[in-house]
Formats: sequence, structure tokens, C-alpha cells
Amino acid sequence: MTSATPSVELAIETRGLTKRFGHQTAVDGIDLAVPRGAVFGFLGPNGSGKTTSIRMLLGLATATSGDIAVLGQEMPGRLREVLPRVGALVEGPAFYPFLSGAANLRRLDTADPGASSATRAARVNRALERVGLTHAASKKVRAYSLGMKQRLGIANALLVPRELLVLDEPTNGLDPQGTREVRSLVRSLAAEGTTVFVSSHLLAEVEQMCTHAAVMSAGSLVAQGTLDDLRRVGQAHVRVRTPDVADARRVLAGLGLVADRVDANRTAADRSAADRTATDRFGAPGDPNADGLLSAPLADGAVAAETIVAALVADGVRVRGFSVVGASLEERFVALTGEGFDVVQ
Amino acid sequence: MVSELTVLFRRRRTWAMLLALAAVPVLIAVAVRLATSPVAPGRGPPFLDRVTQNGLFVAITSMVVCIPLFLPLTIGVVAGDTIAGEAGLGTLRYLLVAPAGRVRLLIVKFAGAAVFCLAATLTVAVSGAAIGAALFPIGPVALLSGDTIGVGESVLRSLLIAGYVTISLLGLSAIGLFISTLTEVPVGAMAATIVVSVVAQVLDALPQLDWLHPWLFSHYWLDFADLLRQPLEWTSFGNNALLQGGYLLVFGALAYGRFVTKDILS
Repeated sequence: MTSATPSVELAIETRGLTKRFGHQTAVDGIDLAVPRGAVFGFLGPNGSGKTTSIRMLLGLATATSGDIAVLGQEMPGRLREVLPRVGALVEGPAFYPFLSGAANLRRLDTADPGASSATRAARVNRALERVGLTHAASKKVRAYSLGMKQRLGIANALLVPRELLVLDEPTNGLDPQGTREVRSLVRSLAAEGTTVFVSSHLLAEVEQMCTHAAVMSAGSLVAQGTLDDLRRVGQAHVRVRTPDVADARRVLAGLGLVADRVDANRTAADRSAADRTATDRFGAPGDPNADGLLSAPLADGAVAAETIVAALVADGVRVRGFSVVGASLEERFVALTGEGFDVVQ
Repeated sequence: MVSELTVLFRRRRTWAMLLALAAVPVLIAVAVRLATSPVAPGRGPPFLDRVTQNGLFVAITSMVVCIPLFLPLTIGVVAGDTIAGEAGLGTLRYLLVAPAGRVRLLIVKFAGAAVFCLAATLTVAVSGAAIGAALFPIGPVALLSGDTIGVGESVLRSLLIAGYVTISLLGLSAIGLFISTLTEVPVGAMAATIVVSVVAQVLDALPQLDWLHPWLFSHYWLDFADLLRQPLEWTSFGNNALLQGGYLLVFGALAYGRFVTKDILS
């Protein structure tokens, strides 16, 4: 497997990984490459095949075709050697509701034949402490909130030091506080050298904690690389706020920029709410003094921003706001996966 | 293994079933004690008429009463829950990712069910002996062969019967384990296991199916009376053990074949 990637050691590598259920292809020949030490975001809308891929990586489901290597070893063939080095949270936490949090962790720890029973109690306590559940350790999991179960699931993944963590939707059900804690936990684990593979449908989450990302759409891998690489492919936009929309558009067109009015398609309800304050400042809608917002894609290095402003002003356009917006991951992902992508607001 | 038993015996359900089983001898003993007319020989479950003379027979009578339905019912619940229960909770994927190893998990699960079989039959035996001793005189036991054995020896025989019944239930446990690997709905696996046990007993009762009877896992269930003869008659014990062993092998292999290649999607 090193032949194709001489420079970087990969924690996860798949080739042509495919999973079919009957006629339906859930995962369609994906080639994942997760470098060691990366925090790798695995993005995609719900139902795009993320969890199925993770199940195959962990040997829970067999691939219809394709090869998997995890931590340099073939899966599922070397499952016994690989899995003790991998901590996982797969499709939400699952526990015995009639056992306490600590008892659940002990139970799952005994399932690993390599885990030492002598250090079990200490390791369970440390894992609980790490996710802030020490106070609830003896409480039955039945009484846990979803967020607490999620934390317990992460604690389970941390019972022994791992080389790779696979976290499927780790912040599901967590409050903003908990989300932040998970994020910092992931960062601290990454700082210790653990490779973290996080699946998520939340862009903001991935944007904030990942170094690399891959995007799934309808079972296929549509993009993969470092976050910067992915962003670079996207396009920057200039945004102009002005009451002289028509003039501004003409000027922009003169510079080779095709502008769209981005506030024009707002609904009436939106408009009435948003413009009530705007009306005070800029006059009623339809008023020649009311602001419009124009947006035009800006090709790399095509026109300098200051040139655009100068041209607008020279033409008497009343520029009330001007900005160059860098490509956001969100735009990139919507472009890759289509609208209807389940993004964080 | 210890962990498996901890999980099994920390469930309230397990204790509720054992309590229900323990209640059967109590019900029988109290009913017989309160009855004014003596029980006529040959009426009611076997050995019932002997209860008033010797309390030790409460255990044996209860065993006879429990074997067709109550014991298979509880075994069905435990064996049907083995894999399907974990799948239903979602803990199966975490056990396998740990990695518990699929074969190891099956073996531990079956061993857990077997321990429950033993616990269930011992519960009936012990509870029967206790309530029998409390409500009726205890004395030397007259065996079916006419010989009489002392109390100590008869306790030993009771334990032997409990062992016989435990072994009787292993075949059903293996079937339950196999059914449990087929589904993610524990209740379905439990119900199916219980249905299988009922169907086997119905088939065993049809004289037209004579040729099939020796192959039914429930065929020797009630034949433990041979253990109440002097000298001990081991034939039915041996036949039963052999038959149950066969079921264990076949359904163990089926469960293995199914579970090792199964996609865990729950």
C-alpha cells in the first residue's frame, strides 16, 4: 500500500471500496486516504454512505468489493491486531440501560481480550474524567441524557490509548458547551498524535476541528484533501451594497464580472422583517434609496478589489458596503453534493 | 465470561424469571397443603400424590410441571436475547469493535445461556425442597423401583434430576442462539424459540410421527424418572445427553455460519 503514497503513512486507506445491499449501492468504489496524525472530516449528507463505510472500516460489515487497510494492516483479515488500536463511536452510543455508566465501560472493556483487567478500574475512571462524567459514573445509563450517552460513548473509545479514533457524528445531541468540549478533546488527542477520523454532516464542525476532509455524496467520494485544498477550489465573491443596483451591475459587467442580486429572491416575510429596520435608514422598499446587495464571483487575480471600488465610485454608484468573501467550505460542499445538504444554520 | 454473567444477572428480568420459577413449587405445595381431600394417585401431575407423605417430592413434581412450558419459556427469553438483544441495544457493534471476536462472543453467549439453564432448574429444585421441607414431613424416599433411600441420597438424586433437566434444555438454548443471530429484534427471537419448543412437544405427542420422536429435542425431557430407580438407570440420561449434544453441534454450527459472516448494521 505504500507504493502509491511514498511520503505519507496512511492510517486508513481504501481502494474501490464498494458495498451493495441488493440492487442498491450504498458505497460506490471509494478511495479514502487518511494520513496519520490528521483530523480527518468525513462529510456528506445523511444517507450518503458514511456510516456504511465506517462499518466496513471496522469489520462490522463485509465489503462487496475493494480493499481496506487500517493502520497499515489489511481489514478485516487482521481485525484482531488492528481493532485494539482503534477507538470507535459508531452511529451513536449504545449501552446497557440497566447498568451504570462505569459498569458499561467495564463490560465493553472486558470484550477486548487485550485490555488488562488489573488497570481496568483506573482506565475507566480516567476515561470518564476525560469526558466529564465522573459525577454520573454510578448512575444507570437509563437515566442519562442523550448528550451524556454521547460522552460515555467517547469515553468508551478512549479506554485504552488508541492510534486511531473513528468518531461517527460525535457531537450529535450535545449542547453547544458539549460540542466545544468534544472539539477541544479531539484537538488534544490529535496533539498527542492520535489520528482522528470524524464523520459529520455539520460543516461548521469539520471546518473548526479538521485538517483534512473528504466529501461523500450518494455513495461516492466527490472530494478529498486538506481543508485548504478544498477551499481553494471554491471561488471568492465580491459583494456590493448599493441603492444603484442597475448602475453597479453595469460597471461590474464592464470589468468582466457577472453580478447577481442576492437579496432579490428573499420572501416577502423575510423582507418585511429584515427591512423594517432598513426602511428607517434607507427608505421604503421600492424607494430609489433602498439598498440592494449584489454578488459576483471573482476569479483568482482577475480584477483587484480596489479597482472595482474605484470604478464603482468613479461611475457615481453609491457604494454603502463592499466586501470580498473568500470561498467557504459550505459553498464548496453545496456545489459538490447539491442543495438540500443538511448544513448547520 | 464473568462480565457476561454479571450483565445477565444484573437484569431485573432475569431475577423476575427465576422468582417466577421459584414460585411454582410454592404454589403447588401450598395448594396441596390446603386441599382437604388427599390427592388420589394418578390424578394431576406425576408424583403429586406423594407430596403429602414426603416434602422432597415437591421439587420433583414442580420440575415435571415446569418442563413443558415454564422452563422453555425462560430459556427462550435468555437464549433468544443472546445476540439479538445486543443487536437491539446496539451494544453488539461495540462488543465486536472492542474486538470481542465473533466466535468468542458466541461461545460466551451460549455458556451464559447454559448457566442460566442450570440456575433455573436449581431454583426450582431448591425452592421445591425448601417449601416441601417447610410444609410436609421429610423422610426416606421410596423410589419407583420400590427401594428406599435416605434423605441425603434423595437430595443427591434431586440435584441429578436438575442436571438432567439442565442438559435437556441445552438443545433448546442452541436453537435460541441460532435464531438470535438471525434478527435484531430480541422479542422475535424469544418468541420464535418458545414456539419451536412448543411445536416440538406437539409433534412428540402425535403418534403418527413415531419415526420423528427420537429426533425431537424435547423427546426425553420428562424421562428423568429413570433417575428415581435403584440401581440408577442411565440409559435415558445418556440418550438425552447425546441428543442434546447433537442439537448443540448442529445449531451451534448454524449460528457460527450465520454470525461470522453477518453484516452488523444495527
